Amino acid sequence: MALVLNEDEVMMRDMAQGFFAEKAPVKALRDLRDTNDETGFDRGLWSEMAEMGFAGIVVPEEHGGVDMGYLAAGLVAEQMGRNLTASPFLSTAILAATALKNGSDDQKSKWLPKIASGNAVIALALDEGVKHNPRGTSTTAEPSGNGFKLNGAKAMVVDGHVADVMIVAARTSGEEGDADGISLFLVDPKSKGVATERTIMVDSRNAARIDFDDVEVSGDALLGTLDDGMTVLDAVLAAGRGIAAAELLGAGAQAFEDTVAYIKERKQFGEIIGSFQALQHRSSHMYSEVEIARSAVIGALTALDAGDEKASQYCAMAKAKLGSVAKLVSQEGVQMHGGVGMTDEYDIGLFMKRIRVLQELMGDAHYHANEFALANQY
Amino acid sequence: MSDLDTFRMDARTWLEANCPAEMRVPETSDKDACWGGRNFEFKSEAQKIWLERMVAKGWTVPTWPTEYGGAGLSRKEEIVLLQEMKRIKARNPLSSFGIWMLGPALLKFGNAEQKAEHLPPIARGEIRWCQGYSEPGAGSDLASLKTKAEDMGDHYIVNGQKVWTSYADMADWIFCLVRTDNTGKKHHGISFVLFDMASEGVEARPIKLISGRSPFCETFLTDVKVLKKNLLGEEHKGWSIAKYLLTHEREMIGNQEGVTRPLHEIAAGSLGLEDGKLADPMLRAKVAEAEIDEWAFNLTMKRKLAEAKAGASLGADSSMLKYYGTELNKRKFELMMDATGHEGLEWESDRSNDGKMARSWLRTKGNSIEGGTSEVQLNIISKHILQLPGA
Repeated sequence: MALVLNEDEVMMRDMAQGFFAEKAPVKALRDLRDTNDETGFDRGLWSEMAEMGFAGIVVPEEHGGVDMGYLAAGLVAEQMGRNLTASPFLSTAILAATALKNGSDDQKSKWLPKIASGNAVIALALDEGVKHNPRGTSTTAEPSGNGFKLNGAKAMVVDGHVADVMIVAARTSGEEGDADGISLFLVDPKSKGVATERTIMVDSRNAARIDFDDVEVSGDALLGTLDDGMTVLDAVLAAGRGIAAAELLGAGAQAFEDTVAYIKERKQFGEIIGSFQALQHRSSHMYSEVEIARSAVIGALTALDAGDEKASQYCAMAKAKLGSVAKLVSQEGVQMHGGVGMTDEYDIGLFMKRIRVLQELMGDAHYHANEFALANQY
Repeated sequence: MSDLDTFRMDARTWLEANCPAEMRVPETSDKDACWGGRNFEFKSEAQKIWLERMVAKGWTVPTWPTEYGGAGLSRKEEIVLLQEMKRIKARNPLSSFGIWMLGPALLKFGNAEQKAEHLPPIARGEIRWCQGYSEPGAGSDLASLKTKAEDMGDHYIVNGQKVWTSYADMADWIFCLVRTDNTGKKHHGISFVLFDMASEGVEARPIKLISGRSPFCETFLTDVKVLKKNLLGEEHKGWSIAKYLLTHEREMIGNQEGVTRPLHEIAAGSLGLEDGKLADPMLRAKVAEAEIDEWAFNLTMKRKLAEAKAGASLGADSSMLKYYGTELNKRKFELMMDATGHEGLEWESDRSNDGKMARSWLRTKGNSIEGGTSEVQLNIISKHILQLPGA
């Protein structure tokens, strides 16, 4: 397994680094927040990201994408993490694109080019309860005429309030807790019976609660195989977790670097506080953890691109590790900033908030440690 | 087929034909390792044959030049060879501080005569080396060492005391840090010398550890004569050699495969499962966390080695790997002791293989002390990587 970036990958990283630092720095997120922006991200930026090839980064070339794979996508996500860039990259370019690659020919040719060109925002409506639990899906889809009728409620639907279409997980057979019996449907948010409530989260980013009340969809809205939505969901979540881990890496690394820079400036007792061993050792420990975490991300996404049979498990392991490490560095970051770490003026708090959300999305470290143990028969 | 594939096939064929069956079963204790040296007694004929065959092939030191007993392999070929050895579970033919530590320093800093004199016996397992670094007053603060070497023209007279000298009581030669000048800063005036442990005035006394074993000694040096031809590198400038060698040592300690069986298997075997889950839910969570960390750490070892150009040193990142690897290993052994409960506490019985679990657990406590403590590694990261002031 190549754990070192090749020339193309280094170029992609450098390009993304320059792009996000210039076009979507932390200041851009503050502006969106302070103006109560209705979309929650900058559509102009999303168009530019599409022009750069980021929106279609995992979309096949025949559908208008650049098809550079998940490691390359992770390099982009890492830079977005460093800048706290708000965009539908995770929801649309990763989760929806991965799902739709498993769709019918009609679904692919209808949606994939729109994803790649930045002309569609697509949200995955999966979670329902207070914690991530795909097998716990209880929203139902019952046969109705030539199609299905959906009932239930979804929460934490990222970019749900501005989505052009949603991918909804609903139970077509079996019981809550079963992996089998879940199916995926493409649902128009303007359909009768869909009620969307935008929920602005602690990181000033988008999510929505969405209720489905006798929502009718046609038979060709089914994405993948009836009752076997979990197969597609596994692929979607593997990609989503791997990319969320990459974004956590960027956010965590930046929070850490900001903190080290701060303790090299701040003076107390007549000395630079970074000269105190109590802070040095914690910083060195965090450096080690971030380096270990980086390997987890690269290893997982490389395995995903290679079609490794354990790739899905590696992505979950990376998500677990990055959730813990990014939390550690952001919490320590606030503490080591002292009083100013509590102010809105400094960025460290914004990093802590984004990391808190990201580590929760698609399963936190506890969830994935439990899944890892089950997968290894213990 | 690429050259590397050809090499793999040749290595596979040769290993299949030449590695004795007894050398393809895991070592049951550290007493099974072959350390070589003047006084080494082979545990079996197979162990002896395996060493001799590997020596003849140059594969005890695959990347060393052939003139010094190596096979002149590239790094990539060495990796293939190790993979092929692992494939048939072949034991390491020769455990040796000469190979792991002194050899790389000799290759880099030694003159032609020194290389010719010392490298081939290391490769053949004929001379066993030990390391004279730490002193009673110079542990983490190694550069404050006081063992004195007095200039007598063509030789030095060495007086002082070393401690934590690994297997000094069984070693033939020692590579030793001595002070040749104490007028300047402490890092200046240290010299790197080699001498025979059979020299007059050398005495090694084993130290009994908390594990009950004695892998280390105190080494007393009284008027020991060391010829100047055995000075490695320049006089007074041995510190840079010492640091170079420590980097190799850290990579080795950080990379130890302490446990061969997965932690969760040991825990499941000991505690059993309930509803398919490890019976102790609190321990189960910690085991899963440790195994995820281990996966990520192993990837990091691979990544850092791949990033460093072939043969280049990892620099200060070797401190990160040493710190993280040893702390992780200690954590794993604590969890293993938790999992094995009363049985893991047995000290002297056949059932417990002479207290292997408890003794191994105790041994791991030294991992984060030897070769520079965890705290020293954190200092190095603060200074050289994070560049924090005053570190």
